[in-house]
Amino acid sequence: MSGRLETTFQRLRDKREKALIAYLMAGDPGLAETEQLVLALEQAGADIIELGVPFSDPIADGPVIQQAAERALKSGTSLRKILDSVKSLRQRTQVPIVLMLYYNSIHAMGCKEFCNAAKTAGVDGLIVPDMPPDESGPLKGPADAAGLPLIFLLAPTSTTDRRKLVAKESHGFVYYVSLTGITGAKLSNVGDVQDNVKKLRKVSTSPVAVGFGVATPEDAARVSKIADGVIVGSAIVKRIASHQQDPAMVGHVAEFVRSLKAAMAPA
Amino acid sequence: MSMLPDSHGRFGPYGGRYVPETLMPALLELEAEYVKAKKDRRFQAGLAYYLKQYVGRPTSLYRADRLIKKLGGAKIYLKREDLCHTGAHKINNAIGQVLLAMRMKKRRIIAETGAGQHGVATATAAAMFGLECEVYMGTEDMQRQALNVFRMRLLGAKVTGVDAGSRTLKDAISEAMRDWTTNVRTTHYILGSVLGAHPYPMMIRDFQAIIGKEARKQILAAEGKLPDYLVACVGGGSNSIGLFHAFLRDPKVKMVGVEAGGSGIVSGKHAARFSGGKPGVLQGTMTYLLQDENGQINLTHSVSAGLDYAAVGPEHSLYHDQGRIEYTYATDTEAMTAFDLLAREEGIVPALESAHAIAHVIKLAPKLKKSQVIIANLSGRGDKDVQQVARMRGVEL
Repeated sequence: MSGRLETTFQRLRDKREKALIAYLMAGDPGLAETEQLVLALEQAGADIIELGVPFSDPIADGPVIQQAAERALKSGTSLRKILDSVKSLRQRTQVPIVLMLYYNSIHAMGCKEFCNAAKTAGVDGLIVPDMPPDESGPLKGPADAAGLPLIFLLAPTSTTDRRKLVAKESHGFVYYVSLTGITGAKLSNVGDVQDNVKKLRKVSTSPVAVGFGVATPEDAARVSKIADGVIVGSAIVKRIASHQQDPAMVGHVAEFVRSLKAAMAPA
Repeated sequence: MSMLPDSHGRFGPYGGRYVPETLMPALLELEAEYVKAKKDRRFQAGLAYYLKQYVGRPTSLYRADRLIKKLGGAKIYLKREDLCHTGAHKINNAIGQVLLAMRMKKRRIIAETGAGQHGVATATAAAMFGLECEVYMGTEDMQRQALNVFRMRLLGAKVTGVDAGSRTLKDAISEAMRDWTTNVRTTHYILGSVLGAHPYPMMIRDFQAIIGKEARKQILAAEGKLPDYLVACVGGGSNSIGLFHAFLRDPKVKMVGVEAGGSGIVSGKHAARFSGGKPGVLQGTMTYLLQDENGQINLTHSVSAGLDYAAVGPEHSLYHDQGRIEYTYATDTEAMTAFDLLAREEGIVPALESAHAIAHVIKLAPKLKKSQVIIANLSGRGDKDVQQVARMRGVEL
């Protein structure tokens, strides 16, 4: 059975294109806006949507995403409501949607109930930034049973052993963290990223997507030459925040995503 | 009892390493280095030297005669961690971890602090060894503990305010973890309590276990028998596990951990994880947490910044489930009464954290026989709290 993620990476590979993965904090500023944004960003060229689930204590995130989570929680967003939104989106779009959420949100609902609910809603994969493969045991069984890929992160600090572990456990794609730091930091050394992605490809057949620190069309262009996917988060969330009161917010954000995708066009 | 935690850093179902991948190699390195250091006689001799000559250990086990008379009942001994250099037990761990950081050739130290005692201890140890030090502290706590903020700066540390969330200890830990994630190659993070990802809860417990090792010898010398009760306050739980650990294999020794009851459990404004919490994952570890039905972490409240935290050390969660340690709480009001009583009866101004332990002693001692013995851990002195208490009573200093 090939899922939406796999089909998307295959379709892009056939066109010699790279995947643009756009991150949104679900419920920032509200879930109605999030649904509009998902549809508009798909139209603007986003190939995969990564939906952040707001958590009160996001240790892997920088200030931009932390503040977005605070706004989303204030607007009454919960994991169950986000799954309802995904379900409703599935009547309008087949764009792959992966959730990025901290482990306690899953634990509070229960791994099995969560995986079944996420799959039923139409979620295509899970990224849990505070759950390395070493701790994934209780989630892996229910996720496998539901057919939900667990996507793990690999970092510049990862050793050879850990690279092998992440390659083995990660499904859908491998999320390579481009820098030693938190989300929204500045991308500095694309050469290092290239070296590490090369090493990863020797032990993994999954697509590799690179995120953290990709902020501009220029960054996206450089990273797209190295990886199968480019993940942009804080730069998008920042635009949502600065246009909160603007009725044309969705259009502004879509425009930015269009510029990212254009920069990634094959030469 | 088998040796805990297991090789995955688990205390039964609790503990583990729930951290971003970026930190995993550093945690594995730290664990490997700590295991080596633990067996290394030179490391242990160095640690023992600084604990004796610099910290002033062993701390005394003092029989509080006037308190005993006042309460009528059990004999009460106070383990005087307040007499440690810098005024609290936190220095035991800070010295141990700074020595470890130097073994790993990391010259930059970061820490979080709630009440400021761990920040002061870390800044002190870093100054003594000539290391760069940055301490994260919630801005709410910076206000409550202004004196300790100034002390840390005197010691050459950079104190960085954290303005996120509840602006207390929890947010300071998150910010320190973010710094560590960014600077992990050059920096060692000295966590202050038995919290966070493995190996921290194990390592910090080991560094604090000296409290109980000394107390065991001292009480045997003074009374010729083991105590009936041990009482200590529980924020993250390092002073309590430090006192309790040497007695865990003595089934007759009862142990009581006292959490912050704040304005009372019903009010929802408290930090009593075992009265209102349930298991979950926060800041690297699986443990009891104060959280809502969606797993969002609740805001906590306590008059004492050092106990004002939504999670508790994972080892405590196991002993709670097993019933080996009893957990109760003292409210802000009860702690303040204990604070005054100890000052007036014994001439000891306790830290507001430690006053929670004394508050339980006030309830417990009168119910016991005169032949029974309680050891309470006086984990810190209250100088840092004098300003806050004055403010609460409307006194201008």
